[in-house]
Amino acid sequence: MTEFLTLAEAVTRYVRPGCSVAAEGFTHLIPHAAGAEIIRQGIRHLTLIRMTPDIIYDQMIGMGCADKLVFSWGGNPGVGSLFRLRDAYENSVPHAIEFEEHSHAAMANAYAAGAAGMPCAVFKGYRGTQYPEVNPNIRFIACPFSGEELTVIPAHRPDVAIIHAQRADRHGNVWLTGILGVQKEAVLAAAHSIVTVEEIIDGVDQSGGGTVIPHWAIDAVCAAPLGAFPSYTEGYYDRSNAFYQKWGEISREYDRFCEWMQHYVVSSVDFTHFLARLKDDGYV
Amino acid sequence: MSDRAYEPEEMMVVAAARLLEPDDVVFIGIGLPSKAANLARRTHAPDLAMIYESGTLDTRPTVLPLSIGDPELSRTARAVVAVPEMFNYWLQGGWIRTGFLGAAQIDRFGNLNSTVIGDYRRPKVRLPGAGGAPEIAGFCHRTLVLLRQNPRTFVEKLDFVTTVGTVCGGRSRQELGLPGQGPQAVITDLGILAPDTGSGELVLTHLHPGVSAEVAIEATSWPLRVAAELARTEEPTARELDILRSLVPSEESNIAELIATVARGGR
Repeated sequence: MTEFLTLAEAVTRYVRPGCSVAAEGFTHLIPHAAGAEIIRQGIRHLTLIRMTPDIIYDQMIGMGCADKLVFSWGGNPGVGSLFRLRDAYENSVPHAIEFEEHSHAAMANAYAAGAAGMPCAVFKGYRGTQYPEVNPNIRFIACPFSGEELTVIPAHRPDVAIIHAQRADRHGNVWLTGILGVQKEAVLAAAHSIVTVEEIIDGVDQSGGGTVIPHWAIDAVCAAPLGAFPSYTEGYYDRSNAFYQKWGEISREYDRFCEWMQHYVVSSVDFTHFLARLKDDGYV
Repeated sequence: MSDRAYEPEEMMVVAAARLLEPDDVVFIGIGLPSKAANLARRTHAPDLAMIYESGTLDTRPTVLPLSIGDPELSRTARAVVAVPEMFNYWLQGGWIRTGFLGAAQIDRFGNLNSTVIGDYRRPKVRLPGAGGAPEIAGFCHRTLVLLRQNPRTFVEKLDFVTTVGTVCGGRSRQELGLPGQGPQAVITDLGILAPDTGSGELVLTHLHPGVSAEVAIEATSWPLRVAAELARTEEPTARELDILRSLVPSEESNIAELIATVARGGR
């Protein structure tokens, strides 16, 4: 049964210290408002799962929310490094972090396997690479029919999945369109799910394209207009490439990052307040 | 021929673009490969089917995307598929001809490292990691690799094998169960390397204008083999340079005005 909660209520209820969180969205629809709320509530010891950690996890790692990161590409897309992710791994700032590293194909398959109730995913990845040497969760089996060697990895079964979507309706059905990433798979693989949306309307269906996740698969729907910024919501607003470029300067030095996060994220009341401050100070 | 001055990186992107077939189906990484593919589609390959790992099939962006999932890519795509379908059906299923990759290090067999510099557990530099690369290199029918040539990138031994080239750890692609041919050209700021048909070792086959074989040899940590008939790359044409220089990511966004509206309590 879907409940309509404020984002703060949903995060308090489902994102518990020590749990595993998959906040997904492949470049598009990244649930940044939810990430900011987790930081604001100071929730720690999380296992963060995400294909591309992006700014959302760079912020959470830098603020000390994560004990472990499960990922497949940890850069600032088109810009360069995620400095907080690097600093955590290279120099244990603010504390040591464990990495479980995969390829995109592996992560996508692990979510799909989780959604299908499978214990593991079977595919043909990693052949010849060194990843199996550094990640004990990458193993190989023989196909019982052909004998071909196949790759297996455990399914992702996060405690909570968090995604952002264009719209929900009053029953809690969720509609998303544009680049779909692995959001449906993450929601169906997770024990609980939170969906933030641009707006809540009377009814959604697939007649305008895109995809619908029906209400019984979703625990909480929260209105979070512009909640994907600096990522984007197709049909609503564009990716802020300018902010992605500025993030490099903001995050390069730990002290400057902490000051910035404290001022803009931690001390703002909610995401709308945070955005208004960014606009006042010329970040967008 | 053009009398115009150009940067070595521009020569590199132009040379890479020319290697795409007019009707190629290409899986594109961000950065220089994306520039090269967008240049090719605007020059000799208008029917190029461009695919980004975000699931955008046959996309025709009018501006250069900054990321692999920019809104411009989904808006101009023939189809947008979810990421599991992208990697399982289209890539692993064998439906993509050319993969276009960059890396931080390459060895003489075209194996690539984009994971770490130094030891994996205690790296000097933690790089972004694999992304789609291991399976792109495995399952595209061929790959093209774009990277600058210097002794730090062209190394005797990789710090980490992120993707497999023609031969890896003494094992062939066939032995490793990789169907594609692997790297068929490595395009650098100095020239082009291609694998020797027998051994799979990369051989210098082309030099860009003004570059000598000695410079390319100096820029390579292993003893670089040079083809008996070394070709000279054609200089970028004025048209290629004009188009290439017009390819810049958009920084425009409507977010500022929307923030003002939402902050006022409206939408």
